[in-house]
Amino acid sequence: MIQFSEVSKRYAGGNEALASVSFNIEHGEMVFLTGPSGAGKSTLLKLLALIERPSRGQIIVNGQNLGGIRRGQIPHYRRKVGMIFQDHKLLHDRPVFDNVALPLIIAGVAYQDIPKRVSAALELVGLAHKERALPVMLSTGEQQRVGIARAVISRPPILIADEPTGNLDPDLSFEVMQLFRRLNQVGITVLVASHDHNLIRRLGQRVLSLRAGRVVAPELQGDAHAGRA
Amino acid sequence: MPAARDDGARGARLSRQTLGQRFAAYRLHHRQMLAAGFERLRRYPLATLMTVMVIGIALALPAGTLVLVSNAKSVSGTWQGAARISLFLKQNLSDSAVQQLADSVRAHAGVASVKVITASQSLAEFRQHSGFGDTLSLLGSNPLPAVLVIRPTNDYTTPVAAQQLGHELGVLPQVAEVRMDIQWLRRLQAMLDILHRAVLIIALLLALAVVLIVGNTIRLEIENRRTEIEVSKLMGATDAFIRRPFLYHGAWYGLAGGVMAWILVLIALLLMAGPVAHLASLYGSRFSLSGLGFEGSLVLLVSGIALGWLGSWVAVARHLRAIEPT
Ligand SMILES: Nc1ncnc2c1ncn2[C@@H]1O[C@H](COP(=O)(O)OP(=O)(O)O)[C@@H](O)[C@H]1O
Ligand SMILES: [Mg+2]
Repeated sequence: MIQFSEVSKRYAGGNEALASVSFNIEHGEMVFLTGPSGAGKSTLLKLLALIERPSRGQIIVNGQNLGGIRRGQIPHYRRKVGMIFQDHKLLHDRPVFDNVALPLIIAGVAYQDIPKRVSAALELVGLAHKERALPVMLSTGEQQRVGIARAVISRPPILIADEPTGNLDPDLSFEVMQLFRRLNQVGITVLVASHDHNLIRRLGQRVLSLRAGRVVAPELQGDAHAGRA
Repeated sequence: MPAARDDGARGARLSRQTLGQRFAAYRLHHRQMLAAGFERLRRYPLATLMTVMVIGIALALPAGTLVLVSNAKSVSGTWQGAARISLFLKQNLSDSAVQQLADSVRAHAGVASVKVITASQSLAEFRQHSGFGDTLSLLGSNPLPAVLVIRPTNDYTTPVAAQQLGHELGVLPQVAEVRMDIQWLRRLQAMLDILHRAVLIIALLLALAVVLIVGNTIRLEIENRRTEIEVSKLMGATDAFIRRPFLYHGAWYGLAGGVMAWILVLIALLLMAGPVAHLASLYGSRFSLSGLGFEGSLVLLVSGIALGWLGSWVAVARHLRAIEPT
């Protein structure tokens, strides 16, 4: 589903954020991307979101070579990748409903279908009654769940999340991760960047470790995924 | 159930949405952006009013001046009494020869009426009006010629046609000189032509100003909505989708500015109606200023919308691409 071959990324400043990274994530897998701050986790996810382009190497997502995607085609690619951010990136002047509906409106989904799907997505993240609320009226954990509802509403086959629990206390973090696990169980391929080792250990999924832009001990806890693939 | 079990099921569900539904959603988005653009204008009424006022003034100046110029042109083009041709005849023509000439001139298609002023009538008139009567009697003979005063038919009242008629009559052997009091009218028309051209040039510059005003307003709006643009791009929004609300926003500004200009022109014309009616009455005319009319109003509003749209295009083309998620 996600295949990196010898991918390097050097930023304009001369920093080599990723150095010859290769790995393969199967369809329906859930993988944690770990590593200390500055290891290159965000960079790797940005390459997947086509926010950045690799300096070298090849990335294939869902059978599509990202190198062959021109600027004008990026929007259509992004609609098939659900994205979740540490800072939620919600629109604070719009109610929850509008935030969650945004991907559907962008994709041109028929309007009569939108309320139903927004309700279903909010129900999935346990916020069924918050449609009319503004994001500021919600707790940080609830805001993150709104972000997750928005990421899954267009039913993307892939979900990527950059430190989604970075601002949450351990209980809420575990809840959010459980939510990802459930989404993974209905068939979505999930890639979550996190440096919360305790949490990752509790969830027992495959871990991809980065250090200074290189993959180290890629199958550190590989047993968990071996049974599922 | 937003998540799909596999790609096959997902594909099937997506394709269930027909092209027609998709187009309906697209049209609805347009309508919503139209409404949202208007909502934005309403949200900051004072700032909006100021911008709209500036656009309105910039559009009203050329529109109002053009209305005045075209009024002046229509007045000067149909000035009935002005197109009068005086034929000064040669000396020593007998009164009967003058009458004969008057009859043949009267037969011309372009001549409505001929008034004959014989040499002795000229002299009597001159005596009466000038007060130089005694001086003239010293000369012994009458130095004044007979005059035919010609009023052209309606077809020949325009400066150009009257000029042509004057030329035709001027070549008659009995005529010493043709005097037309339309010379000033032709000069006036020439000046109005220049004024008209000048107003058009100024209109172009002011149109550019409107584009820049709207462009700058939309640039600020883009800056204010940076996060929204970034998030929308991350959610897969195309450039066209992101452009749309700003283009509508700019078009609304243009339309509001056009309406403002229309009102300003109307007020100016109302303020001038009284003095103009007074002036017209001095000329014995019932002329009154004509306004923008339906066509003019339409042109004004459409230009407003077009300039607003263009202004936001400029802003959007320059600034939207630069905003990319990081
Ligand atoms: N836009 C950028 N320009 C230059 N250097 C960058 C940029 N983004 C990240 N880096 C550098 O790349 C390295 C990896 O960063 P990042 O991918 O954010 O790591 P992580 O998310 O694991 O903390 C760091 O050294 C960081 O300073
Ligand atoms: Mg990071």
